[in-house]
Amino acid sequence: MEAVNEQKNVARGIDIQSMQRGPRVNLKDETTCLEVKDFNLYYGDKQALHGINMRIPKNRVTAFIGPSGCGKSTLLRSFNRMNDLIDSVRMEGHLLLDGEEINSPSVNVADLRRQVGMVFQKPNPFPKSIYENVAYGLRLQGVNDRSTLDKVVEKSLKGAALWDEVKDRLHESAMGMSGGQQQRLVIARAIAIEPEVLLLDEPASALDPLSTLKIEELIYELKDKYTIVIVTHNMQQAARVSDYTAFMYMGELIEFGATDELFTNPAKKQTEDYITGRYG
Amino acid sequence: MKQSSSIKTWFDSGKPWVWLNAGAVSISLVMVVGLLLLIAVRGLSHFWPADIMELTYQEPGQETEILIGEKVDHETVPAQRLQLSGLELPEGQEFARRTLLKVGNRDYYGLDFRWINDPWIADINYPEGIMAIERREWGHFYGYLANVKQQGEVVASGDEAWDEFQARLERSNSLIQQIKGLEKTEIGKINHGLEQLRLDGRRLELNGVEQGSLPYQEIEEQRKLFDERYATLREELNGLYAALNRDQITVRMADGREVEIPMAKVVHAYKPNGMGIGEKFGQYFHHAWEFVSGEPREANTEGGIFPAIFGTVMMVIIMSILVTPFGVIAAVYLKEYAKQGAVVRLIRIAVNNLAGVPSIVYGVFGLGFFVYFIGGSIDEVFFQAKLPAPTFGSPGLMWASLTLAILTVPVVIVATEEGLSRIPRAIREGSLALGATKAETLWRTVLPMAAPAMMTGLILAVARAAGEVAPLMMVGVVKLAPALAVDNIAPYLHLDRQFMHLGFHIYDVGFQSPNVEAARPLVYATAFLLVMIIVILNLAAIGIRNRLRETYKATES
Repeated sequence: MEAVNEQKNVARGIDIQSMQRGPRVNLKDETTCLEVKDFNLYYGDKQALHGINMRIPKNRVTAFIGPSGCGKSTLLRSFNRMNDLIDSVRMEGHLLLDGEEINSPSVNVADLRRQVGMVFQKPNPFPKSIYENVAYGLRLQGVNDRSTLDKVVEKSLKGAALWDEVKDRLHESAMGMSGGQQQRLVIARAIAIEPEVLLLDEPASALDPLSTLKIEELIYELKDKYTIVIVTHNMQQAARVSDYTAFMYMGELIEFGATDELFTNPAKKQTEDYITGRYG
Repeated sequence: MKQSSSIKTWFDSGKPWVWLNAGAVSISLVMVVGLLLLIAVRGLSHFWPADIMELTYQEPGQETEILIGEKVDHETVPAQRLQLSGLELPEGQEFARRTLLKVGNRDYYGLDFRWINDPWIADINYPEGIMAIERREWGHFYGYLANVKQQGEVVASGDEAWDEFQARLERSNSLIQQIKGLEKTEIGKINHGLEQLRLDGRRLELNGVEQGSLPYQEIEEQRKLFDERYATLREELNGLYAALNRDQITVRMADGREVEIPMAKVVHAYKPNGMGIGEKFGQYFHHAWEFVSGEPREANTEGGIFPAIFGTVMMVIIMSILVTPFGVIAAVYLKEYAKQGAVVRLIRIAVNNLAGVPSIVYGVFGLGFFVYFIGGSIDEVFFQAKLPAPTFGSPGLMWASLTLAILTVPVVIVATEEGLSRIPRAIREGSLALGATKAETLWRTVLPMAAPAMMTGLILAVARAAGEVAPLMMVGVVKLAPALAVDNIAPYLHLDRQFMHLGFHIYDVGFQSPNVEAARPLVYATAFLLVMIIVILNLAAIGIRNRLRETYKATES
């Protein structure tokens, strides 16, 4: 069995033991942050998610992996109701944030999104100054006090490991930054409003390897304060940054468990095929 | 076989299309540049102080004449044409050359332009003493200065006359300025005040206040005050007029007749033949400036066109202020809020087609809807005392701007929609993900980023509106507006007033003028100015757009 595992991982270039940092985790000991119960999602007539059930633990990094079109981004976007923007979307089942229904009509979507921040695949800073980008969320909440804003901007940029690079040009346009810097700026913008959950939708897929490394470093540091859910195509990345991994295929959740467990000893054949590179 | 395949290769290489495209672009460029050059050259040369010739002219069978004038045009015409008009030309001559001479002195000669047949010109001289006088009436005068008089007594003659004339001309012009100032501002205010009193009285009448009661007496007292002020002003004015009429000049015409011209009738005089190139340029810019800044005289064939420039710019600015918010709001609704479906598609088609409706139709609509219906209703509600004289119920600046605003609103809507759809989805989602509502996202991020597109729409709208004439004739443009839309009488901006417009001015001067030859260069000059104003307005808008673009450069995806 050991030998088989070795082979599998070598085949995919993943040496899970050396990649994992921190203590080993166990799902049973975690507090649940996000809970998905019998969740179905349809685009018009087409069903995109089939009966998903999962508990995403608090202050951990959870990775969604799976081939393109498997529904991992769709599920991620359901957590902060980004799917509301698409007219044809219909949902069934439950999504709970700290035990409260996300899709309930009484929930204020803007408030929800303040609690559940999101970072997208491509860096999308606003065409404003670096400072204004980070202050955007606060200004939305009516915070216009200069000293408060200064403090939050500095703290957020430090939190996103960007402060040293930009502290001298806070009032220059964010469009002049490199892609990696822009993505960290977007993360700084998201954490400036202190969300509970941070959803990352392939945050490093448009970046070069060095910037990717910095983002991963950052994710590792952020998990003390935030519950992080990350969608990624990159298996190594999932192995490197996440504590838990969910493998999805064709709109179904195939397997969900601790990352080292899932990568070294997958319970399902499909998972094993995917991580050893037989498809996807 | 080989031949055809080489042609085929040439076709397949795409070269013919490159040539076709390049040809189309060149033709357009040549036409635009050619048109601009034509109106620029014809228009701008009008201000040049050309030399004035004195020529000896001998028509067969008539006495020798001396003519003084400016050469305006020169042409070669078929001899037959001249023969048909009654001229006796030698047999067998096929072509004849003739010159158009501006002889001026319309009050004495009847016509101020005259065709001269070249063969009969005996002699041409350019004596330095000839002067050209711009007069307030009857167009130019060409002749020699004989002497300068004060109250009929000669004060200078011969060589000193010119300097004396210039000095006294300056005095008379400053007096005229003073008189105009008094008449326009002071007396204007009194008239306005009297009109207000009349309206107050009428209002009392309408409200059923008893005749002769206290309010009426108050009005009467105020009217007396105004009358007193008017009397003193009148006296002052009489004094000024007396001073103005002090001087005269005596001038000698080409045929030797000596006539007297009151100094008050002279605007400006110059002796082009004796001028160096520097002086001529000075004179040129003086003329050009007068054209741009002055008021029209003599049925618009003389003087300046400042009121028309002012009217055009005012109208375009008011139109922009009206059309931008309206178009942007409509576009935002159509693009962002309306449920995309058959109805929205239908509306979009309708909007696009609105841009193709003949502009005169907008004019008729503006007259019927804005002027008569809305304006009439406003008058009935707010300006009842003035009725039956209309305030907003007659064509005016406001209605002209509004009419052009609906004429150009499709352009703004289309451009803004285009801009809105070009904002990357990622930016909107980024804003929404930070807890912004849709409206906040629109207001804080999307609209600023779409601002360059709105400016593009506005640029197109301005270009269209500034050149539009037909609808304006129905909703507010006149040949000669008595007052500008902005003055020093509250409320300072009079949107109900009629105004002059460069486009209409071109039509009026070019086709409705009694003096075609005199008007022709003015048509070119006015057209040139209109084009310049459109260019300037556009450049300003483009400048703003480029700055906005720089500020809101979006992530190019």
